[in-house]
Amino acid sequence: MKKRTMSQAVLYVICIIASLFFLMPVYVMLVTSVKPLDEVTLADMWKLPTTFDFSSYTTAFAKLAPNFLNSLYLVVPATLLSALLGSLNGYVLSKWRFKGADTIFTLILFGMFIPYQSILIPLIQFLREIGLYNTISGLVFVHVVYGIPITTLMFRNFYAAIPDEMIESAKIDGAGFLRIFRYIMIPLSLTGFVVVAIWQFTNIWNEFLFAVTITTSAQQPIMVALQNLSGSQIVQWNVQMAGALLAALPTLLVYIFLGKYFVRGLLAGSVKG
Amino acid sequence: METVKVTAETKATVVPATRKKRKLTADHWFAFSFLLPSIVLIFIFVYGFIGWTGYVSLSSWNSLVPDFSFAGLKNYAYLFSDFRFQADLRNTLVFTILFISVVIILGQFLAILLDQKLRGESIFRNIFFFPMALSFVVTGVVWQWLLNPSTGINLFLKKIGFESKWYTDTNILASLHWGKIEFGVPVAMIAVVIAAVWQMTGFAVAMYLAGLRAIPDEVREAARMDGATEFQIYRKIIIPLLRPITVSVIIIMAHISLKIFDLIYAMTGPGANFVTDVPGVYMFETTFRGNYYANGAAIAIIMLLSVALFIVPYLISSRKGES
Repeated sequence: MKKRTMSQAVLYVICIIASLFFLMPVYVMLVTSVKPLDEVTLADMWKLPTTFDFSSYTTAFAKLAPNFLNSLYLVVPATLLSALLGSLNGYVLSKWRFKGADTIFTLILFGMFIPYQSILIPLIQFLREIGLYNTISGLVFVHVVYGIPITTLMFRNFYAAIPDEMIESAKIDGAGFLRIFRYIMIPLSLTGFVVVAIWQFTNIWNEFLFAVTITTSAQQPIMVALQNLSGSQIVQWNVQMAGALLAALPTLLVYIFLGKYFVRGLLAGSVKG
Repeated sequence: METVKVTAETKATVVPATRKKRKLTADHWFAFSFLLPSIVLIFIFVYGFIGWTGYVSLSSWNSLVPDFSFAGLKNYAYLFSDFRFQADLRNTLVFTILFISVVIILGQFLAILLDQKLRGESIFRNIFFFPMALSFVVTGVVWQWLLNPSTGINLFLKKIGFESKWYTDTNILASLHWGKIEFGVPVAMIAVVIAAVWQMTGFAVAMYLAGLRAIPDEVREAARMDGATEFQIYRKIIIPLLRPITVSVIIIMAHISLKIFDLIYAMTGPGANFVTDVPGVYMFETTFRGNYYANGAAIAIIMLLSVALFIVPYLISSRKGES
């Protein structure tokens, strides 16, 4: 028994050391963001502030607020639309299977692994043609299209768990494609919708490549604006850290309150369907 | 699953045969029509656009004005003889190997640790996982500050006799001359690997934990009965059982690291002598800042091929495993 408590203690020590590694950036971020600028020096990075100064937050907020709103306008419709599209696709691919359905599914799935650099040049030409370049709607469109593979995969996995017998008996009772979707699939996959929505919300909020290439200044989402903060000559690190915290806040809150679903999404998207 | 379908179909043929069957196919077409838009979108925006990028990569479009005259493999030839791209290939290789190995070892280690039924396990789990909810841009910004040369970390390390310039270091470890570049491990890349590991280890921990939880307790019990020590149980039984998960983790991490862009762009940029440059950053700068569209397209195609090398076999094998 004594040996057991000893090894338990060792395990705790290791866990705590690992936790310190993961939390260290958060500590530095928080501490730096509440320091006045003259205390933000490289040498004093680890010290607690002598006085609390929240001016970096007001500065960061003033600079980032419009982009924060852009991100909201982007992420809400994009998340809802791609979840809806994904659920319909997953439903067809799991319960209305046809010849070649698996091949089509695999071809769709490939789209989530490609480096988006390989479609970016034509994509921007296309968006210019149809007048969606440098618009939030353009970004919404892009995220819905390139969100198809992951949302389809997730929903297909969720729906595979719903027994086929249920669908068959509903069919015999005369229910069609839409009625089954509305009255059986949706009610049984509400968790699935939460998982997919959280996943898409996090990914679209955090996305950078599309955002930086498709939008300029006033239309830019938060991550591009955050990156631009450090582009200036003199980096005000306290403002920078406050900005990083503001930019990270929505996804962090989602993680803190709905972390369970976030991790489920991660597993649903990575373990093959 | 297959048997259920067969019985349903036979049922449909037994009862008023023709009418029922037609209704079924009409419904199937109706169902298919909901999938069709996605198929069309993927076909155009993934496959069509990849084809278009491939076409651009073979053209002479290296200025603001589109020029689609055929250039053959000229852009590719240029890249492979280019100092910057050679550095990118080296950096990607080093980054991928270091990043994946550390994530796998650390991820597996922490998952096993968490699986020891410690009290407060969920707190530790949440701490290990939360960086995944952050953007690579946020991670880049924070670690740029943390690993700034002459910061706290370095002040501390200096005391124990170790000094590092982190991502501003231009040294290449174990270097040997190769093409135009020094081949080896760029010291600056290690800083980027640390930041990437910080962000992505939680992913591996989550996957390994799921794998560990799926191993029935009887397996361990049986091994204990046979007199195996805890250490032996892990080394001989548990870790081998986790191998399929390791494969998945490698595939996922490989495709992230081969196309990495935002972390490096936000944290270090290309770096002096391109010590932290990667194809993703080069593609972005040469295409959208320099208007070398054909060169950018060629980089993108090379990136795609490198990812496909991992992903295509994985997708095919997971399809086979399913049926």
